[in-house]
Amino acid sequence: MARMKFICDAERCIECNGCVTACKAEHDVPWGVNRRRVVTLNDGRAGEKSISVACMHCSDAPCMAVCPVDCFYRTAEGVVLHDKDTCIGCGYCSYACPFGAPQFPSNGTFGLRGKMDKCTFCAGGPEDNGSVAENEKYGRNRLAEGKLPLCAEMCSTKALLGGDGDVVADIFRNRVLTRGKGSEVWGWGTAYGKPTGGAAQPQGKK
Amino acid sequence: MTRALLTWGVVCAGILLAGCGEKPQTAGPRKGDAAASQGATAAYTAPGWKQGDAASWESHIKKRAEGQDEYTRTNRN
Repeated sequence: MARMKFICDAERCIECNGCVTACKAEHDVPWGVNRRRVVTLNDGRAGEKSISVACMHCSDAPCMAVCPVDCFYRTAEGVVLHDKDTCIGCGYCSYACPFGAPQFPSNGTFGLRGKMDKCTFCAGGPEDNGSVAENEKYGRNRLAEGKLPLCAEMCSTKALLGGDGDVVADIFRNRVLTRGKGSEVWGWGTAYGKPTGGAAQPQGKK
Repeated sequence: MTRALLTWGVVCAGILLAGCGEKPQTAGPRKGDAAASQGATAAYTAPGWKQGDAASWESHIKKRAEGQDEYTRTNRN
């Protein structure tokens, strides 16, 4: 069974924000909510690095562990999703997530925090696949359409890869071996577990 | 004059009260989620796999994910 994962290749990301735009457009994500964003380290200095960050669909997700109403679930494909009808918008998941993935729209009365919103790996939510209700609450369900997340599919430099963890790790490993550097994958150990407890980190010579 | 003031007051009160409106947030039973391989009713489903066939979906998604490797596509390996 496939285990869906993202990898962002910091050697390739050019901070174009195409992934962010694609995500916002595909799912009609409201103002103030960014399911995906590009983080640049050492911005403006020589050797700056950018990475596209969203929910990493962790194998042992801290958001799932701390949610007081147990609104999270993991699909058979390894995608971490949540039920907005159960979510109470408390924000615990936001504090627990090391990647800042959970987002809260501030569109309620008196600045009230709304229900949590996050990257769905373009897999929608618990509503019927492809239904209007699912689209309104979670955005488009591309996985059920036989497609991969749009952010990864339209990445111009193919820095952002999405799909079965084994497949994207193979692609990344092949790149690292070809160019001879950049074996570190940001966030890999945190999200996907150490080699003993989860998938092995792609290795290559530096 | 009084009528105009009254109308104006009612309009203002309506606008202010409208700000208090909020969608109901009622908790319900946990819902199940259909597997992605079950497919969607959308008209935009990618061709090349059979809806409801998990093996077909998985093989299609794997092929699609492998398509992200431009080394393979450009035969540079």
